[in-house]
Amino acid sequence: MIQTEINHESVREHIQQFSAETRAQLFQYVLQLADTSLMLSHRLAEWCGHGPILEQDIAMSNISLDLLGETRSYFQYAAELEGKGRTEDDLAYLRVATEYKNPLLVEQPNGNFADTILRQFIFDSYHFHFLKELQKSSDKHLAAIAEKSFKEASYHIKWSSEWVIRLGDGTDESHAKMEAAIKNLWQYSGELFMPTETENLLKEAGIAPDLSVLKTQFDEYAANVLKEATLELPEKVFMHKGGKLGIHSEHLGFLLSDLQYMQRTYPGLQW
Amino acid sequence: MSNKEWPLWEVFIRSKQGLDHKHVGSLHAADAEMAVQNARDVYTRRMEGVSIWVVESKHIHASNPDDAEAFYEPANDKVYRHPTFYDVPDNITHM
Repeated sequence: MIQTEINHESVREHIQQFSAETRAQLFQYVLQLADTSLMLSHRLAEWCGHGPILEQDIAMSNISLDLLGETRSYFQYAAELEGKGRTEDDLAYLRVATEYKNPLLVEQPNGNFADTILRQFIFDSYHFHFLKELQKSSDKHLAAIAEKSFKEASYHIKWSSEWVIRLGDGTDESHAKMEAAIKNLWQYSGELFMPTETENLLKEAGIAPDLSVLKTQFDEYAANVLKEATLELPEKVFMHKGGKLGIHSEHLGFLLSDLQYMQRTYPGLQW
Repeated sequence: MSNKEWPLWEVFIRSKQGLDHKHVGSLHAADAEMAVQNARDVYTRRMEGVSIWVVESKHIHASNPDDAEAFYEPANDKVYRHPTFYDVPDNITHM
């Protein structure tokens, strides 16, 4: 859930331990994490009022809000790391598409329920293991955010895995839709584990998790669930990348025009 | 596409302070596992509970409102069934 303001003083003190260079890298890294959760949160929020049944409509809104809470923690931290007076809202709402650093997966459109479930499953299988590792980060502030979000992610992965199994091992129609979803979306799973230069540098510093370790955990977990769901992965998949460097699919522009509409139209508007 | 409705489930939640599970409402789900998850999402958003029970609504058997007179009125004139005719010793507390 959306949480309260961080203690700015203690965060400012916390970031003194980093060199200006590390701080700049950390800023990029935290923005990437924030953007990732923000975009998926927005996509899930698009289901609000349109879910297949009321209960799942609420489930998706809950997950959306969990991710929004996580993204706020990152943005608040990023704002302090940058130290230029930009707020979490400035960072979330007032950048252009190429400045967003989320992987391509999370900006993909909702499609049908099977597509949304598979996108969520890919993300959760990554996110769960990512947060588990991030709790060991030498950056104590990031580790604390990870600890809080990990409890939420543990529920998310349960929810999306259950649905993958139900739909995959369900009716002929639901199975076919899951197969189509895999064909649509698996090609965006690889980017999650392709490190950027920043990720490599911060891995060396003990701040960012080792993506190759996460990849092994992801592969093993996903394979088990997909097997139970009687679903198969294609042999060779070309993995798209670019999002983490700001090179996005066309979908992000449309998403941002929705997301930023209010702040662009009424600058500084508050609830 | 099949239009079969998922069965209805009754949801019972025990709050942090509560000793018993209280009925909070109902929801649709394909099976018990999904019913518990749905109950978590629908009925515990505001920290209402620490334990969830679900039971398929069809398994609940209810008394018939038409039987109300026969069922409940005979108790009306049996005031001696209430434990109000006893003197509670002073050193027994919490009564």
